[in-house]
Amino acid sequence: MIKDFSAQIKKISALSDTTFDFELFVGETAKEAAPGRFVSISCGDQRILRRPISICDASPSEGTIRIIFEIRGEGTKWLSEQKVGGILKVLGPVGNGFKLGGLCDLPALFVAGGIGTPPIYYAAKNTPGKNDLVAGFRNKSAVILEEDMLHIANAVMVCTDDGSYGIHGLVTTEVEKLLLKQQYGAIFACGPRAMLKATAELAEQYHIPCQVSLEERMGCSVGACLVCACAIKGKDGMEYKHVCKDGPVFDAKDVQF
Amino acid sequence: MKPTMNVEFCGVEFKNPVLTASGTFGFGREYSSFYDLSELGGICIKGITPKKRIGNPPPRIAETPMGILNSVGLQNPGIDAFISEELPFLKQFDTRVIANISGNTVSEYCEMAEKISDSQVDLIEMNISCPNVKAGGMAFGTSSSMVFDVVSETKKYAKKPLVVKLSPNVTDITEIAVAAENAGASGLSLINTILGMRIDIKTKRPILHQNTGGLSGPAVLPIAIRMVYQVKKAVKIPLIGMGGISCGNDAVEMMLAGASLVSVGTACFSNPMAPIEVRDGIQKYLEDCKRSSVHDLCGGLIEY
Ligand SMILES: Cc1cc2nc3c(=O)[nH]c(=O)nc-3n(C[C@H](O)[C@H](O)[C@H](O)COP(=O)(O)OP(=O)(O)OC[C@H]3O[C@@H](n4cnc5c(N)ncnc54)[C@H](O)[C@@H]3O)c2cc1C
Ligand SMILES: Cc1cc2nc3c(=O)[nH]c(=O)nc-3n(C[C@H](O)[C@H](O)[C@H](O)COP(=O)(O)O)c2cc1C
Repeated sequence: MIKDFSAQIKKISALSDTTFDFELFVGETAKEAAPGRFVSISCGDQRILRRPISICDASPSEGTIRIIFEIRGEGTKWLSEQKVGGILKVLGPVGNGFKLGGLCDLPALFVAGGIGTPPIYYAAKNTPGKNDLVAGFRNKSAVILEEDMLHIANAVMVCTDDGSYGIHGLVTTEVEKLLLKQQYGAIFACGPRAMLKATAELAEQYHIPCQVSLEERMGCSVGACLVCACAIKGKDGMEYKHVCKDGPVFDAKDVQF
Repeated sequence: MKPTMNVEFCGVEFKNPVLTASGTFGFGREYSSFYDLSELGGICIKGITPKKRIGNPPPRIAETPMGILNSVGLQNPGIDAFISEELPFLKQFDTRVIANISGNTVSEYCEMAEKISDSQVDLIEMNISCPNVKAGGMAFGTSSSMVFDVVSETKKYAKKPLVVKLSPNVTDITEIAVAAENAGASGLSLINTILGMRIDIKTKRPILHQNTGGLSGPAVLPIAIRMVYQVKKAVKIPLIGMGGISCGNDAVEMMLAGASLVSVGTACFSNPMAPIEVRDGIQKYLEDCKRSSVHDLCGGLIEY
């Protein structure tokens, strides 16, 4: 159940000048964390809207969750300026996570783009088997979670758009190479829309079930205000579903990209 | 002694003066996990239309200084689905239900008023002020003669009190208010959102896919107070005041300006408990200044 609660910041690490890794004490709520679910954080009294941030990991025994975010505007900048011991107003956990079960013994392929990497890492960590992970970033300084990913996946491929680190090129080029080489039971993706679209097309071409996590500007975060609309193919044509309540994870073949 | 909080509005008894604003509270389900909806004076539902509407493409929201712009475009399942699938849920609670209806034509308003009158809703709110739809909506609410026509026709079919929701996007809101009163409105509610726009300077594109949208939230409170104050002087029918209320003191201001009931909308996005905190804040104000009833507030303004 979604709750509105206070969370104390236990630990902060700066992963780069613009990316931050927070550990939050959330008590019992940590038990309801799941890969793909997110929290909506109030970023100061001057800002009306809460900022949705994915849960990157959770420890129910310690009552903590981990979030990683990038400074994109005023709200995330405010968040980056908070200190250990500070209290955040948090709404969550929100949304439906990835459906990780029933992969029919084949490995899964995890596909991440930029700040979409945290929920993909969390999903891969919770999926047993020899799973592969492809993650793409703008450049070397934007690369996050590489160490963590190496611990939980079979093979990890890091790509950068400018070739300053890892493989030079797009995530989806690597995805296609892997799909040609090997059979996967499912694909899970989170990242920029263009990457999700290309991944969804490859999944369809290779007949692999694919789940994508979508982003949209959000109002209430609980499904009441209907602003975070995303186009989904329904039985009577296209309709708008909502990222906070129906998503953020959708079956890729239902998404109208 | 605790002050009495109940209010009679258009012949309907409300246990307290706090409602939720249309479109910010869905059909109540989502917020029912935060508190018992019976705590509310009433729930005004998401605007419904004769047929299902899918609404506008995203982005549908932009943040503004102490406010938001929205352009949802009346996404809703249609009046029949509301009556069969949503209303029974709302009727489990001991609170008033206000149906917010929108049409494209006069006959659509009439048809909806007739249908909804036969359901278990307590009040009908006629939305003639939605800035986010092409036909109907605000077009009806910005001309006195059109307001008179659509309200007087709809009134013939409404067997429940008919509240007309006014648009702030007009030169003189009192003219429109008087037209609605003369046409037979039982009460008025104001304000709907104020037309606004934001632009992303990196992409040079509007943030909203519809280019423009409706402003709400604390930023609009002074405009809403001013309009309630002006309308209160111009008409005799009671008012529901809304626009930017986020705490008890905001609601007290709105009531002093002339509102009998208040609605809380955008504030729920920052704080799901906002309507309850507004109710408790009004009560605390009454206690602090030793008032016995919330009735003492409406129009209690001492003007210069
Ligand atoms: C389900 C979901 C999960 C997310 N998970 C993460 C995460 O784990 N880490 C991370 O860094 N970012 C994540 N994001 C994106 C993050 O919410 C935005 O970067 C953030 O809201 C920007 O806020 P701002 O005030 O810094 O930017 P501004 O541009 O100043 O924000 C203005 C308004 O637009 C909204 N907005 C701007 N960009 C986005 C966006 N891309 N998506 C949704 N709303 C936006 C803001 O919430 C705010 O309401 C996620 C988004 C969604 C929808
Ligand atoms: C997301 C959103 C959707 C809305 N939808 C409707 C609607 O369907 N019908 C209506 O009459 N008003 C609608 N409104 C207007 C509100 O009911 C209210 O008049 C306005 O937001 C001012 O109050 P506030 O500042 O407390 O939000 C909507 C407002 C928002 C923010």
